[in-house]
Amino acid sequence: MKLVMEKRLAPSPLMRSLVPVVAAFAALVFCGIFFAVTGRDPFEVYYAMFSGALGSEYGISETIVKMIPLAMCGLGIAIAFRMQIWNIGAEGQFYMGACAASWLPLTYPDLPSMIMLPGMLLLGAAAGGMWGLLAGWFKTKWLVSELITTLMMNYIAILWVNYLVYGAWRDPKGLNFPLTAAFSESALLPSFGDLRVHAGIIIVFVLAAVLAVVFRDSRWGYETLVIGSNPTAARYAGINIPRNVLLVMLLSGAVCGMGGMIEVSGIVGKLQPGISPGYGYTAIIVAWLARLHPAAIIVVAFLFAIIHVGGFMVQTLGIPSAVATMLQGAILFFVVGADIFTNYQLRLIKNEGGEESE
Amino acid sequence: MNETLLISILAASITAGTPILFAALGELISERAGVTNLGVDGMMLVGACAGFIAAQQTGSLLSGVGMALLAGSLMALIHAFLTVTLRANQVVSGLALTLFGTGLSGYLGLDYVGQQATVVFSKLAVPGLSEIPVLGPVLFRQDLLVYCSYILVAAVAFYLYRTRAGLFMRALGENPAAVDAVGVNVFGLRYLYVIMGGALAGLGGAYLSLAYAPCWLENMTAGRGWIAVALVIFALWDPWRALLGSYLFGGIDALGFHLQVIGLPVSVFILNMLPYIFTIVVLILVLARKGGRLAAPQALGQPYDREER
Repeated sequence: MKLVMEKRLAPSPLMRSLVPVVAAFAALVFCGIFFAVTGRDPFEVYYAMFSGALGSEYGISETIVKMIPLAMCGLGIAIAFRMQIWNIGAEGQFYMGACAASWLPLTYPDLPSMIMLPGMLLLGAAAGGMWGLLAGWFKTKWLVSELITTLMMNYIAILWVNYLVYGAWRDPKGLNFPLTAAFSESALLPSFGDLRVHAGIIIVFVLAAVLAVVFRDSRWGYETLVIGSNPTAARYAGINIPRNVLLVMLLSGAVCGMGGMIEVSGIVGKLQPGISPGYGYTAIIVAWLARLHPAAIIVVAFLFAIIHVGGFMVQTLGIPSAVATMLQGAILFFVVGADIFTNYQLRLIKNEGGEESE
Repeated sequence: MNETLLISILAASITAGTPILFAALGELISERAGVTNLGVDGMMLVGACAGFIAAQQTGSLLSGVGMALLAGSLMALIHAFLTVTLRANQVVSGLALTLFGTGLSGYLGLDYVGQQATVVFSKLAVPGLSEIPVLGPVLFRQDLLVYCSYILVAAVAFYLYRTRAGLFMRALGENPAAVDAVGVNVFGLRYLYVIMGGALAGLGGAYLSLAYAPCWLENMTAGRGWIAVALVIFALWDPWRALLGSYLFGGIDALGFHLQVIGLPVSVFILNMLPYIFTIVVLILVLARKGGRLAAPQALGQPYDREER
């Protein structure tokens, strides 16, 4: 008896949807064993995480609040990843978007919200887009891997925001805290009732719907997919690859930048360091788990928001919130590893018949 | 600038460059064998954390280093299993490794955050050599791990270019099918080199927590693992150039720090951007020339599948 892997002619659709679910579950079990080994009751940890995130109106509201930036960055990342452009700079684009969007209410606090909010969104998209485009330009011009440039630019963007809020943009009335002045009322996205859930969620849904249509039905959506899976074929078909690299990085960065604007306008209400606890990185897993499909990204972002909020809640048990990052990394591992079942099928071959043809 | 200041900046460049050097050498080994591992930062963090905990617990630097090597290896083993055996996408698997390592080190190291290391690698002047003007104090008044790194670079270069095994290693990255054809186990060797790469990344982490800092802080690599990945490209996959590049980065780091001390009226945040900006600029400079593009191992990033020979 021999176990062989045979490449499937086409990825199995059943496996494509089944693998993430099973893999996520396997990752929970794996980390659970790890918790047990390090002397913690895994059931207690998971119960605290899930009940913390979903057990109360406050918890659910917080989970949705965390889902919004994760989904925005996930959608942005998906645009690039579909073309196998590895934009891991969502974090920096998010910060740049937040930073540019904050400039408007800090400079013109008296604008009416009809002008203020669209203006901020536009600025956020432009700044995030430019930050992405820059990395795209490095790639098309000098073939510099976007993996490294986008990542380096994350650090630069975060330091840039720090530079501003510790320096020129610091609120003089802010008791020396590294914060800008609070935005005026007109610069805040409206929220639902007393909850922190805000209108950003509408933007998420609209954007996901638009992207779903573009990805599935438009010629461009198909072209980018072809470039990603077979650049040679794309070139023969006359598709302009460098132009698409630039476009994709611009759009990808713009969506992440809008995510930054939504966060400062909907939640923070000012610019300050640490507006993102790594949403841009977590969103990479979100996008990948969702198979880069916009609707699925929203669902996965919600699940990851549960882990995120849950990770925050378990701190009361003396467990570091790093368990959330660990769990998320493990889930990605299991999905990446289990994808072999999507692309290959395993077969047992009996050896008794002599030579088996391959 | 007077001579003592220059010497102290140069010596600090080497200290600051050493963790990056270990990690870059590890990544170089892995990439030469055809496997990109973007989990360097995660492996460094786990190495830094595990090494620190082991050294604190046992009071022995040797066990700290041993634990860091082991932890880095285990992390790399996951990557090897996913990418070599399961033929997973190397980019995504590496990203997962970085995220997982960041989380894991934060989880394991919680109780140790902010502690000062009780045992550290302290400076040891090499008798004789350290008396050479300028070069002596720069190169030979360092700690033991720095001396190890000198030897390691020479050893890797020798292995890579002068031995039969090194020839196979390079072939793994260029044309694994040819290696397979002469009956050498492609999968086994790739496992070996990926794991070696992880061990060195772990060692780079331990250098941070046991010599450079010396303490454990969550996320203390501050992206050094990624700089190491970039450095391998800058080095055109050559160990000696990796050494040079690491010290260049170390120099930028040290310079920023010294400028702060001198009291240059530039924001800390802007100075801290320098290594990242420098990484991008250097990559552009290297890749703008055609030779830079051609140096990459041909089979880098592609899983080996015997059926598709």
